[in-house]
Amino acid sequence: MTDFFKLHFFVPLAAVLGLVVVAYVGVQANLQLLFGVVVPYMAALIFIEGMVYRLIQWTRSPVPFRIPTTAAQNKSLPWIEKNLGEKLDNPETTKHVVGRMALEVLAFRSLFRNTRTELRQDPDHPEGARLIHWSYKWLWLGAIAFHYAFLVVILRHLRFFTEPVPGFVYLLDSVDGFLQFFVPVVYLSGLVLLVAAGYLLLRRILRPELRYISLAADYFPLFLILSIAITGILMRYFYKVDIVAVKDLALGLATFKPKVVAGIGVIFYIHLFLVCVLFAYFPFSKLMHAPGVFLSPTRNLACNSRWVRHVNPWNYPVKFHSYAEYEDKFREAMIEADIPVEKES
Amino acid sequence: MDDKYKNEFGVFAERPKVEKKIYDGKYIFLGLIIFFAVVTSPLWQNLGKAIPAPVPKLDTPAIQKLAEKDRKCVQPLAFMRANHMQLLDTWRTEVVRGGNRDFVGPGGVKYTASLQNTCLDCHSNKAQFCDQCHNYVAVTPTCWGCHLDMTQKLAEAK
Amino acid sequence: MAKAKVTVPTPAEILPGISYKTPEKGWMDVKPDFRPGTYCNPANPKWLEWIGYPYPRAWHVTDEDWHLPSDWKETILQGMEDRLSRFRSLKLFFDICVRCGACADKCHFFLGTGDPKNMPVLRAELMRSVYKRYFKPAGRLLGQLAGARDLTEDVIKEWFFYLYQCTECRRCSLFCPYGIDMAEMTILGRELLSSIGINIEWTLASVAQCYDKGSHIGATPQAMKDMIDFFAEENERVTGIYTPITYNRKGAEILFVAPSGDYFADPGTYTFMGYMLLFTYLGLDYTISTYAGEGGNFGFFMSHEMGKRLNAKIYAEAKRLGVKWIIGGECGHMWRILNQYMDTWNGPADFLEMPVSPITGTKFENAATTRMVHISEFTADLIKHGKLKLDPMRNAHIKLTFHDSCNTSRGMGIFEEPRYIIKNVLPEGHFVDMPPNTIREKTFCCGSGSGFNADEYLETRLRGGLPRANAVRYVHEKYGVNHLGCICAIDRAVLPTLLGYWVPEVEVTGISELVGNALVFDEEIERTTDLRDRDLVGVGEAEEGVEAAEAAEEEE
Repeated sequence: MTDFFKLHFFVPLAAVLGLVVVAYVGVQANLQLLFGVVVPYMAALIFIEGMVYRLIQWTRSPVPFRIPTTAAQNKSLPWIEKNLGEKLDNPETTKHVVGRMALEVLAFRSLFRNTRTELRQDPDHPEGARLIHWSYKWLWLGAIAFHYAFLVVILRHLRFFTEPVPGFVYLLDSVDGFLQFFVPVVYLSGLVLLVAAGYLLLRRILRPELRYISLAADYFPLFLILSIAITGILMRYFYKVDIVAVKDLALGLATFKPKVVAGIGVIFYIHLFLVCVLFAYFPFSKLMHAPGVFLSPTRNLACNSRWVRHVNPWNYPVKFHSYAEYEDKFREAMIEADIPVEKES
Repeated sequence: MDDKYKNEFGVFAERPKVEKKIYDGKYIFLGLIIFFAVVTSPLWQNLGKAIPAPVPKLDTPAIQKLAEKDRKCVQPLAFMRANHMQLLDTWRTEVVRGGNRDFVGPGGVKYTASLQNTCLDCHSNKAQFCDQCHNYVAVTPTCWGCHLDMTQKLAEAK
Repeated sequence: MAKAKVTVPTPAEILPGISYKTPEKGWMDVKPDFRPGTYCNPANPKWLEWIGYPYPRAWHVTDEDWHLPSDWKETILQGMEDRLSRFRSLKLFFDICVRCGACADKCHFFLGTGDPKNMPVLRAELMRSVYKRYFKPAGRLLGQLAGARDLTEDVIKEWFFYLYQCTECRRCSLFCPYGIDMAEMTILGRELLSSIGINIEWTLASVAQCYDKGSHIGATPQAMKDMIDFFAEENERVTGIYTPITYNRKGAEILFVAPSGDYFADPGTYTFMGYMLLFTYLGLDYTISTYAGEGGNFGFFMSHEMGKRLNAKIYAEAKRLGVKWIIGGECGHMWRILNQYMDTWNGPADFLEMPVSPITGTKFENAATTRMVHISEFTADLIKHGKLKLDPMRNAHIKLTFHDSCNTSRGMGIFEEPRYIIKNVLPEGHFVDMPPNTIREKTFCCGSGSGFNADEYLETRLRGGLPRANAVRYVHEKYGVNHLGCICAIDRAVLPTLLGYWVPEVEVTGISELVGNALVFDEEIERTTDLRDRDLVGVGEAEEGVEAAEAAEEEE
């Protein structure tokens, strides 16, 4: 275990555990107002402001060139036809760019393309080894399971923030709990979230090259999200809290009529505090990949730069070797070689 | 062309001027607004409204008949609030699988383990006692798939 | 500058021993190991003077002191700030990487060297760590814990080592879930290095020659004419068709711009002969320029600006000559530039006309503003309209697989045109593709793109080309493939070396060369060889057959 790994792994782990302790001690000291009302509002504010701030930072820089990654046949001769997949992988129109982005954002298109390459020792081969490549979907599966499970978990939590609760939340609820085991019914999304986040964490730790590149900024959000999932699951199934009181508090926050509600167990405040930290941390972290992917110039531009002119806002004149200078240098030789010139001498 | 211009590196010449402004702002901020709008849309309808949490009603005739000191549930109030579903689940297993209807509460008080005959005996007001909280937090317990709300049925029969 | 003699281990020594193990120490504490064969030589100061670029000086990679300018640190940081304000891509790519590692085993240099800093994610992190340290509060505050580190001379050396182990092939950007493009960061990182006078010889020599004379190879106008006129004679010798060409001719309909590699060395020269045969066959009214005699653009391998300065000559020359439109030869990065940069840099080309094939009347709508058409598009259109009489049997000695060049694949998307041509100029069944994970948009780089043709860099080039060569070996062994086709001049320059090392039985060819072989002229002489003077299949037997028949006649 290198010192580099220790630093980047254990510091965020300690930080997340520290956050748990902070919330625990805070609630024991009767700071429910702080942890139940003030911190959530602050987190929401930081999240929104941070997001706007970061987006403004990005928008301050222009996109000078059209640099989409062309992942299929470009527009060519009329008889070279492109199927829908090719149109989306090398989009010529805004419509297809939207399609490409939708696939990227909703289905993780690029990750789906993932391959794995391995150097396989092969004594029969003249060089004793060869590279083989195969389609590798596990990372895609882990990522998509993680993100969609998280989405479902968030949407399910709407039942605490709305009154009456919208129908789709009930629907989600019954689908998510369709296995109907345990009391209260186990939500699959919670388990999937836990397993997928666990996979994302384990691959970082176990695969040497990933452990080598992983930073505290990679472990911290994983620890945070895992602790959020774990405290949520503990709270739902094991260390129960008065859920009516929880909703009372949540509705108070959502309607801007905040109130401190008595009688909620400490585990709820730990859960809530970790969620608040996640929100506040979001705009200043790699989690900005979520809005960032929409801005990615290798994905969100039409590959039409041969037939639609694009202007670089900071385009500037450059000095280049002009033909006149060139001819001045080579005139005699050019005349001798019968190459036409502008000036005979 | 500016002859002084040698290359783009600031120490040698003027650098390319990037106008200080927001580029592609209309798409990006439209996206951001749509994002926030979608995310917050479920919250709009109740904005600024004070929504009181439901309070289970305990004023059924059966409870009122009891002396003040006897008005106790099978377990303490705080436990019941958070864990009644698990208690009922245990009862169900004991009764259906084990045929055992005896339940001993705190202080050695004996009860019959029965939703229909014990719980609903006192809490005959299912709508005010059970449903309003369940609806409030959007849970749909499976109790009522088998157990009937007797008061309602009786009222209908009459 | 003394060239270090580089010895390269054999394939069997390199391949099984590639280790993907990570070092004991964290990456911030590991310094690059400048072994001969793994780095490019610094640029000769005179080239920098030619093009007016900063800090010309003699320095050596292996020296402790690189003689950096005294204010190098400020220059780099200012340059970084400047580029962050000009390129949203850079800001975004610095900010949104989650280090998922999907790009890791996509890089041919990582696969070939096993050096973890060749994983695109970590190569980017070499620059990102500096960005975090100086432009992000977390990095300023937390230092290494936030993945930030001070900018030191060692960091500069590391940048030099690894940014010149990236061929800007963009394979990582294809697999990145956010489309983070290492090529973009490499280009900008090299700009930064260039701003403190760190450049490589191969690129800079080509750039300066191209800037001054008109092509990377530094051919004077008369030398260029000599070379190309020689091809006209060669064509006449092999086919009986003299293929004269005009230079700098005003009023021609079309300006033809080829990469200089195609008139410089085998096997590119045969491709150039193919171009000339095709154009002569069509009677095309075209000319080539000695001033804008270069389609390729090594300037792009040092900075956006230098790319623009070289590229500007093409439109300037087209305007001066008054041509209607331009055809571009088979070249890789040239076409990424023509597709994604040219019009934005040096357009609008409103002095040109909409490209229309004078033979078929096809309007090349896809080139409506750049007004520059790819030779493969042009040829495919001719074949589709039946305008070419082709005899595929003249390529019967060739069993071909096709190497999609990185730039035309992921920076343009030209896949079908060359394959269409190939299928029409080769006999049925003589073309097989390599395995699907190694072609088209997923194609592997030749390992020597973006200015790495240098001899002193051979070992790394051969390692970088391993995944490509490995796939070629597969089709060679399975289907008996003996030629690797490509539409890129750098490929034609470097793949023979690469294949000579890994798969010596396979030769490299341009697609237009195959067209030249197959083209049937009315007045041609009987062809017995291809453009490379190799016997055609059946030539020997056919003669025997004729003799036998004659003998039989005599007997009667």
